[in-house]
Amino acid sequence: MLARLTDGLDVAALHWLSGYAAGLASQQLRGVRALQSVPLSEAPLADADSPARLTIVFGSQTGNARRIAERLAHAAEAAGLAVRLLRADAYPTRELRNERHLVIVISTQGDGDPPDDARGLVDFIAGKRAPQLPELHYAVLGLGDSSYPQFCAIGRKLDERLAELGATRWIARGDADLDIDGIATPWLDAALVAAKESLKPQAPLATVTPLRPLTATTSAWARDNPFAAELLVNQRISGRGSEKDIRHFELSLEGSGLHYEPGDALGVWPINPPKLVDAVLAALDLDGERVVNHDGQGLPLRQWLGEKRELTRLSRPFVASHATHARNDALDRLLAPDNADAFARLLAANQVIDLLRAYPGTWSGEELVAALRPLAPRLYSLASSQKEVGDEAHLTAAHVEYDVDGIASDDSRRWGAASHFLARAVEGEKLPVFIERNERFRLPKDASRDIIMIGPGTGVAPFRGFVQERKAIGANGRNWLFFGNQHARSDFLYQLEWQDALKRGKLHRLDLAFSRDGLREAGSALGKTYVQHRLLERGAEVHAWIENGAHLYVCGAIAMGKDVHAAMIDIIAGHGGKSIDDAGDYLNELQAQGRYARDVY
Amino acid sequence: MSAHSVEAIKQTSARLRGTLLESLANPVTGALADDDQTLIKYHGSYQQDDRDIRDERRRQKLEPAYSFMIRTRTPGGVVTPAQWLKLDAIATTWAERGLRITTRQAFQFHGVIKGELKSTMRSINAALIDTLAACGDVNRNVVVAANPHVSRAHALVHAQAAALSEHLLPNTRAYYEIWLDEEKLAGSGEEVEPIYGATYLPRKFKIGFAIPPHNDIDVFAQDLGFIAVIVDGDLHGYNVSVGGGMGASHGDPETYPRIGNVIGFIAPGQVTAIAEAVITTQRDWGNRVVRKRARLKYTIDDRGLDVFKAEVERRAGFALQTSRPLEFVHNGDRFGWLQGDDGRWHLTLRIIAGRVWDRDGSRHLSGLREIARVLLDVAGDAISTPEFRMTANQNLVIANVPDAQRARIDALVTHYRLDDYRTATPTRLNAIACVALPTCGLAMAEAERYLPDFIAAFESLLDRHGLREQPINLRISGCPNGCSRPYLGEIALVGKAPGRYNLMLGADHRGQRLNALYRENIDEAAILAALDPLLARYAGERTRDEYFGDFLLRAGVIAANVKIKSRALPIEVLP
Repeated sequence: MLARLTDGLDVAALHWLSGYAAGLASQQLRGVRALQSVPLSEAPLADADSPARLTIVFGSQTGNARRIAERLAHAAEAAGLAVRLLRADAYPTRELRNERHLVIVISTQGDGDPPDDARGLVDFIAGKRAPQLPELHYAVLGLGDSSYPQFCAIGRKLDERLAELGATRWIARGDADLDIDGIATPWLDAALVAAKESLKPQAPLATVTPLRPLTATTSAWARDNPFAAELLVNQRISGRGSEKDIRHFELSLEGSGLHYEPGDALGVWPINPPKLVDAVLAALDLDGERVVNHDGQGLPLRQWLGEKRELTRLSRPFVASHATHARNDALDRLLAPDNADAFARLLAANQVIDLLRAYPGTWSGEELVAALRPLAPRLYSLASSQKEVGDEAHLTAAHVEYDVDGIASDDSRRWGAASHFLARAVEGEKLPVFIERNERFRLPKDASRDIIMIGPGTGVAPFRGFVQERKAIGANGRNWLFFGNQHARSDFLYQLEWQDALKRGKLHRLDLAFSRDGLREAGSALGKTYVQHRLLERGAEVHAWIENGAHLYVCGAIAMGKDVHAAMIDIIAGHGGKSIDDAGDYLNELQAQGRYARDVY
Repeated sequence: MSAHSVEAIKQTSARLRGTLLESLANPVTGALADDDQTLIKYHGSYQQDDRDIRDERRRQKLEPAYSFMIRTRTPGGVVTPAQWLKLDAIATTWAERGLRITTRQAFQFHGVIKGELKSTMRSINAALIDTLAACGDVNRNVVVAANPHVSRAHALVHAQAAALSEHLLPNTRAYYEIWLDEEKLAGSGEEVEPIYGATYLPRKFKIGFAIPPHNDIDVFAQDLGFIAVIVDGDLHGYNVSVGGGMGASHGDPETYPRIGNVIGFIAPGQVTAIAEAVITTQRDWGNRVVRKRARLKYTIDDRGLDVFKAEVERRAGFALQTSRPLEFVHNGDRFGWLQGDDGRWHLTLRIIAGRVWDRDGSRHLSGLREIARVLLDVAGDAISTPEFRMTANQNLVIANVPDAQRARIDALVTHYRLDDYRTATPTRLNAIACVALPTCGLAMAEAERYLPDFIAAFESLLDRHGLREQPINLRISGCPNGCSRPYLGEIALVGKAPGRYNLMLGADHRGQRLNALYRENIDEAAILAALDPLLARYAGERTRDEYFGDFLLRAGVIAANVKIKSRALPIEVLP
């Protein structure tokens, strides 16, 4: 580690390093730890009269909140402040009463749910056991998606609750929409100013330049500086006759220095389909070649739309903006607060082009670039283990392709931005990618633990990586996969690999649910079979595995995750002789212990 | 396929049960366990996969597109209109390629997936048809001359054939337990098989009943043939032939097709005794070590015909009488309307390659459905109820139609374009082909799917030489197993590799002489180039009414060119 640390440092830097280390030592004497993202469950309580330090806690599902929190932590630390940065599930709630300066960065999921890693903390703060906090100064930055009715609900909930508990709102809450930086950047600036005023900065030990992070990859490639990965394989793996187009992709990470663990995701920066860009330009009668300046950057409009702006997903802010351009009563009515359901349907069923055509309005290129959301990368759970595939990253992705109104015509074809970008990529092409770590979705450190994996559809992706990894390290624990899809004949993703794994004893149990098979059989009045039905059928054994220490993983659609969670409660209640409530607590406990992980989308 | 020998699989199968139940229940694969793939044949099914997409599936990381072929046991190919409608419904619901009439007067369904196999079998049984012993090392579907001109005698022959088929069914209750959920009785798994014994026969066994002068069933290609002797409308008895068999392996002189030998004459009441005697002799004497030499034809050649006959007579308990005169004029079907001696009418329709479906411009499945509905309403006594009869040339007879219904049937036939028989050339009418690709796992080249194109090309040659109206017996097989009886074709293509065939020439038109290898492993252009000069010579040199195959023999084309692969000698026509 020391060798990696000092590799490439010159004389001046080495001298600086010795000073920095001395500073760390004296900080440690005072019982404070500097910038580390580690659980502090065994850390001693801070002294009552210890110098003030800033605690930053983040609750993050896809990594955005974590990234923002890290930015603040870096900035505060660079300003000479004592900082600790913790994930919500690592924050020791008994320390809350002693906290003096707390910043919470937290996202809201779906219908107003906290991210998985923050459930425990949110429940604690909202619950009866929360202490009064008269001496606490706090600030909350929420992340969310204004397309949902419960926009930033969790951020709001914490902000109000902490005030209820007597704490002082240090700075006003921030509610960041999908264009995160628009809100987050000024809010972080304000937070930093406030922090510097309240917490006397320590005498700077040196100009603290961040060293190369020790635990992260040694790669320079990241979200904002993606690696151009060569596409090696673009192979359809749903058979003919399938209603879906599922692809298996293999990309080369050679030369990138990028490393990933099973459970991590690959971020892909898509480019919008050229035909879609053409359609938007035509609908608004705009010249794609004309250079548009925005935020200090000048690019042809076509390039803005193709590479920098979301065209496939509508958002409330854009619809509201468009309403002012279209001046259409019907559209205005849809935006009214009491029309939330109809509005949600509009968002779900339409893309930007559909809105522009249905409600014509005039936009200038500048207005359009300003109003459309920045294009965001999409994350795909990695479907491989580097111990098996080396410098490759494998993905399992559904090519989202459909016709609006269900009727095919020249104009009716719509796509998912990233899935279509991937699906139309040819082998040899380079695609901009990065690794998004997901420490919450990891194989057990103890390889003798059993694992139960529930991954219908493309949710099976990380489990392909799990089984590859366990095979490579010679894990003793057993692997149990629950897989489901529509038809066995055409949708049994990676069938040959699973059959081989069963034969070689690398997969120990495989349970299958093909929801559209067997419907012609007698007794099909029972309806479609999904993975949760299989789980229930195997309830006794699933329960036994869990009692024996197995880890449980769920990956796939959000709705499926809820159904599986409900089935697990039934199983634990039924086979564990518990009440439903207790069974729910048991599952939460498993989650807190890191034995129940979910990657749902 | 399995690493175990077929004999070992039969031995350990608990009378054909194996682990079929577990295999059927395993959701991880659409295939059966290896040994079960052998055993399911006895239940009337073959595991297959769509060979057109094998490579695509592998690249998609999916197993082959497995499915099952199911074959019915329908002695003489007879089904009632009600049964036809049920089979149509089964094909439409569970299968993928319509209804297929085989060269042994059975129906085949293709494309049934494993998860629906049981439901399909149950549906077939609900139509009072079974699939027992339609495949496997047992007696197969018994074929019977399809188009009787002697109605009463034909009914007797058919009844005997049906009775014999029943009598020779395996005794095991495996079929009923597995498919029909019938309870296991005492002795389940160890049923006594008085005829077959514990390991059934060394290989398949084929029985046929012919009614001269028509040899539409190719009786001399059967292991055991009963050739009816009918005098003034009365069934006197049968000439018995033994040891016929198609089937060979390319380039293996140990394997060859063979024409049956007539060994004598029996009374009608002696059919069962002789059948049992022949079958049990084959059971005990047949080669169970070298499976490719297991058929009765090799047993006879190994032991000697006289020795074999003596054993049969010993087991039967009586001697065969001297064989009576017999004469066949043709081994094709007779198309169009023909009247039986009871006044009822029989319409033989041409169904190319026996494939009945609504696809590629054809609406034959719908058309026959309508005809079946019409016939449902027609009353009849036990002998002359309207029936559908499949022929051994893959065609269909609508039988026992009262005079009053003819016009209606004709109208439907015209409307659904089932009337190819009216305009097709004789060659097009009589050509037969096995299923081959995409479903048959043994196919080396296309057969059924190639037949229309080859006929078209061949007809161009015929036109060139003014031979359009000459019946020339053409058969295509996807492999040398010979399910389309290619070795009895005046012209035959036997598949060797994709797009390549062995060209066989010179059989007769009566199913009484095998053909010989003329050119090996050639493509269509070479086939047509080889035939062109021969047809030219035929057109110029033939004697009056001389058939093409006979001409080739007389002209020395066959003997002159290539070594003769078949070992059987031509049969003399007895006075």
